[in-house]
Amino acid sequence: MTNLNPINTKQFDSVKNAWCPGCGNHGILAALKQALAELGLEPHEILITSGIGQAAKTPQYIRTNGFNGLHGRALPPALGAHIANKDLKICITSGDGDTFGEGGNHALHNMRRNIDVAHFVHDNQIYGLTKGQASPTTFPGHVTSVQTEGVINQTLNPIAFAIVSGATFVARTFSGDREHLVPIIKAAIQHKGYALVDIMQPCVIFNKENTYQWYRENLYQLPEDHDPTNKIEALSRAFEYEEGKGVPMGIFYQVEKPTFIDQIPKLRDGKPLVDLELNPMKAEKFIKEFL
Amino acid sequence: MKKYNLLIGGSAGQGMDTLAHNIEKILQRTGYHLFSNKDYESRVRGGHNFTQIRFSIEPVGSHSNEIDLIIALNDETVEVHREKLVEGGAILCDEKILSLEEGVFSLPIVAGAKEVGDVRTQTTIAFGAFVKLFNLDFELAKTIINDVFKGEILAKNQKALEIGYNMAVSHYELEKPEAETRMLINGNQAIGLGALAGGVTFYGAYPMTPSTSIMTYLASKQGESDIVVEQAEDEIAAINMVLGASYAGVRAMTGTSGGGFSLMVETLGLSGIAELPLVVVNVQRPGPATGLPTRTEQSDLSFILTASHGEIPRMVLAVRNPEDAFYQTTRALNIAEEYQIPVIILSDQYLADANQTIEPFDLSKVTIDRHLATFDPNDTERIYNRYEFTENGISPRIIPGKVKGQVVFIDSDEHDESGHIIEDAETRIKMMDKRMKKLNLLKEIVIEPEYYGVETPDILLVGWGSTQGNIKEAVDLLNSEGKKVGGLIFGDIYPLPTKLLEQYTGIAKTVINVEQNYTGQLAKLIRQETGVTIDKSILKFDGRQILPMEIVDFVRREVL
Repeated sequence: MTNLNPINTKQFDSVKNAWCPGCGNHGILAALKQALAELGLEPHEILITSGIGQAAKTPQYIRTNGFNGLHGRALPPALGAHIANKDLKICITSGDGDTFGEGGNHALHNMRRNIDVAHFVHDNQIYGLTKGQASPTTFPGHVTSVQTEGVINQTLNPIAFAIVSGATFVARTFSGDREHLVPIIKAAIQHKGYALVDIMQPCVIFNKENTYQWYRENLYQLPEDHDPTNKIEALSRAFEYEEGKGVPMGIFYQVEKPTFIDQIPKLRDGKPLVDLELNPMKAEKFIKEFL
Repeated sequence: MKKYNLLIGGSAGQGMDTLAHNIEKILQRTGYHLFSNKDYESRVRGGHNFTQIRFSIEPVGSHSNEIDLIIALNDETVEVHREKLVEGGAILCDEKILSLEEGVFSLPIVAGAKEVGDVRTQTTIAFGAFVKLFNLDFELAKTIINDVFKGEILAKNQKALEIGYNMAVSHYELEKPEAETRMLINGNQAIGLGALAGGVTFYGAYPMTPSTSIMTYLASKQGESDIVVEQAEDEIAAINMVLGASYAGVRAMTGTSGGGFSLMVETLGLSGIAELPLVVVNVQRPGPATGLPTRTEQSDLSFILTASHGEIPRMVLAVRNPEDAFYQTTRALNIAEEYQIPVIILSDQYLADANQTIEPFDLSKVTIDRHLATFDPNDTERIYNRYEFTENGISPRIIPGKVKGQVVFIDSDEHDESGHIIEDAETRIKMMDKRMKKLNLLKEIVIEPEYYGVETPDILLVGWGSTQGNIKEAVDLLNSEGKKVGGLIFGDIYPLPTKLLEQYTGIAKTVINVEQNYTGQLAKLIRQETGVTIDKSILKFDGRQILPMEIVDFVRREVL
C-alpha cells in the first residue's frame, strides 16, 4: 500500500501551476512529487526534461533540475545530459502529441538505445494547449476543429510502440488513481533502462469522450498471472484497448537488458564525463599522427 | 623554387586516396610545403575523382589547374585533364593507357601488380615510380608503406613499392628543402583536433557530407580520449543532445552541413534564450536542398547570421585554413561558455578536404576557460537563479546536481530570473536587454581580418574563410606585375570587425569582394554594418574553389 501521507514533498514545491481545474495533470504532478519523496531523492539529484504542451509544463511546477526545451524535443537533451552526467536521475514529462507527434523519431530511437530514463506520457488523447486537435493517440471517428469529419488515421498504440521499439519497462496507469499511479511511477524510476509509462488522463475541456467517468468504467488491471517478461503476451495485452475490450493498466512488459551506458565501457566504469579534468595537453598524443 | 603541381585521377574505389596520401606523406616528410585538394563525386564506386597536390620549398596556400604531372589510373583521367598540362608537363600511367612518347612515362604498372599477385597494389607501384621520378628517399617511402598497410597486404605492398621504384628512372631535379617538422592536416581534422584540445567530451551529429569526417575522426579517438561520440537520429536530435550535455556541464559540440543546419535552427534559438553554451560547425556545400553534396560553396553566411526566429546574440567565425580551424575551434568553445551563447563555425568542403602542411599546433597556446560559478552549498538562505540579472547580462552558471539543495532550471519560454514562464512586458524587456547586450561584449573581443599586400593599395580584395590562400596568391601575382593590391580576409565575421575594413576601403580606389556564392553575402553584411559599398564582385557558385588566376584575370580585365 502506498503511503498516502506524503513525506517531505514540500521540497519539490515550485511556482503555482496554471492548469485548468480538473485537469489530469494535477494528479500526475502530486503523484510524481510523492514518488520522488518516497524514493528518498532530493531536488538537485533529479533532472526533468520536457518539450512543449500542457503536460510539458510539469517541470515548471516541480522544484528539481529542469530542461523545458522545444516542442517534441524532450528526449535528445535527456540523452545528452545522461551521457554528460550519469549520476542525474532523469525523468521526462510530456504529452502524447509532444512524445508521439512532433517527437516520434526521438521516442523511437531513444527506446532503441534503452537509455536509463523514466518517461511519463500524459496521454489525454488530444492536443490541449492548441485547443483540441487530434493527437496520434486520438481514436478514429473523434471529431475536432480540424478533423471535422472525425479522425481517419490509425491510432498510435503507445504500449505496443514502446515494446517493439526497445523500451524495457512499459506500463499504463491513470491520473485519477493515485494508489495505482505512485507505485508505477516509482517502479519506472527504479527500472534500469527505458521506462515508458502511458498515463491516461482526461482533458476536461477538449476531450468529451475519454472522461473521468469513461475511464472509471473502462479501466481494468492486468490479471495477476500476466507475465511481464513475455513480450508476445505483453503485446497481445497492448492491443486490448483498440480491440474495444477496455483499457488495461499495470506493468505490461519489464525485462533487464544492458542500457546505453552499460554498453559504453568508458561511461559505465568511469567517472561521469562532467567530473573529468579538462586539459589541452591531453590532445598532445593526437598531433603525432599528422607529422 | 617553382610550385610543382600533381594530379592523381581515377575512379572511386581504385585506391586513389591511398596513393595521394602516400605521395603527400613523402613530400611532407622530405620537408616540402604542400597543399592538396580533392574533387570527388557523390558516389562510392566508379565516376571520376581526382586529387591535386601542389608542393614547393615555399608555403603553398591554394590549388592550381596548371599541372606538371598527371598520374592517371584510368583512361578518363588522361582525357579530362591532359589539356591542363603546362609546357614540359608529363603523364605517368600504365602502358595500356598510353604508350611511350614525349611527355609520357608509360610503365608496366598493371603487369607489376600481377607479378605481386594483387591488382590492388598498382597504386603502390605507381607510388614507387613517383618516388624514383622525383628522386625521393626510398627508405622514407618504405616507412610510409609500413605505416599505411597492415597484415598480409603489407608484404605485397612492400614488394610493389620496390617493383615500381625499379621500373622508373629519376627525372625531376628538385631543390631540396630544409628538413622541418610540419603537420599535414585538413580542415575537418583540425576542427576535430581543436575539439579534443578544447575539452569537448561529447560530440553528437548526424552524418552529412562534407562534415562527416569531423565525426569519424572524433569517433576514432574515443578509445584514447575522454570524448563520447553519438550518431543522432537526425540533426534536430544532434543539436538538442549537445544542448542537454552542455546544460549538464560538459563541453559539447555538433557539426553538419547546410541542410542539417537548416534543421537545427529552432534549437539555435533555444541556445540563445536558454543561455546554453553551444558550438555548431557548418561545413558548407552548395545548396539549396541537396545541392551539390561533395562540392564547395560559401552560401550559408546570410542564412546563419539570422538563423532562428526571434532575436538572439550569436557569434559567427569563419575558418580560413587548418591552423585557423584548430585554434578558432578552441576559442569558440571558450566564447560559448563565457557568454553562454551559440557560436557558429563556418567552414566549407574545400577547406574540409584540403590537406596542408602547417606548423605543429602549440597546445600551450590553448586554454580552457569554463567561466563556471561557485555556489556555497551551506548557504541555505540563498536560492540559485539561472537567469539572475547582472550588470553585463551574463548570469553565474553552475552545474546541475553539483550543489546540494540548488537546482538549475532552463526554459525555452520567456522566463524570470528563476527560469519560470512569464508573460509580463517588464520582465520580457529586461530579459531581452540582458541577452542582447552580450553582443556589445562580443564586439570588444572580435579579431580583425588578416590584411595581406602593399600598405597603400589601389585595389582591395575582400573575402572570408577558405578563399584566404587563393586571394593571397592572387595578391602576390598582381603585385609582381606592378599593381598595388591588398587582400582583407575575414575570420571573425559576426559581430563584424570594422577597423581594418574602414581603414583599407578608405585607401583603395577599387574594392572587390571575392566570394563563393551568388549574391555577395559578405558584401551585403559589410554594407549593412558599415555603410561601405563594394565596387565590384567576383562571385563563383559552380561548386569549385576559385583559382588565384581567375582573380588575377578579373582584375586585369575589369580594373584599369
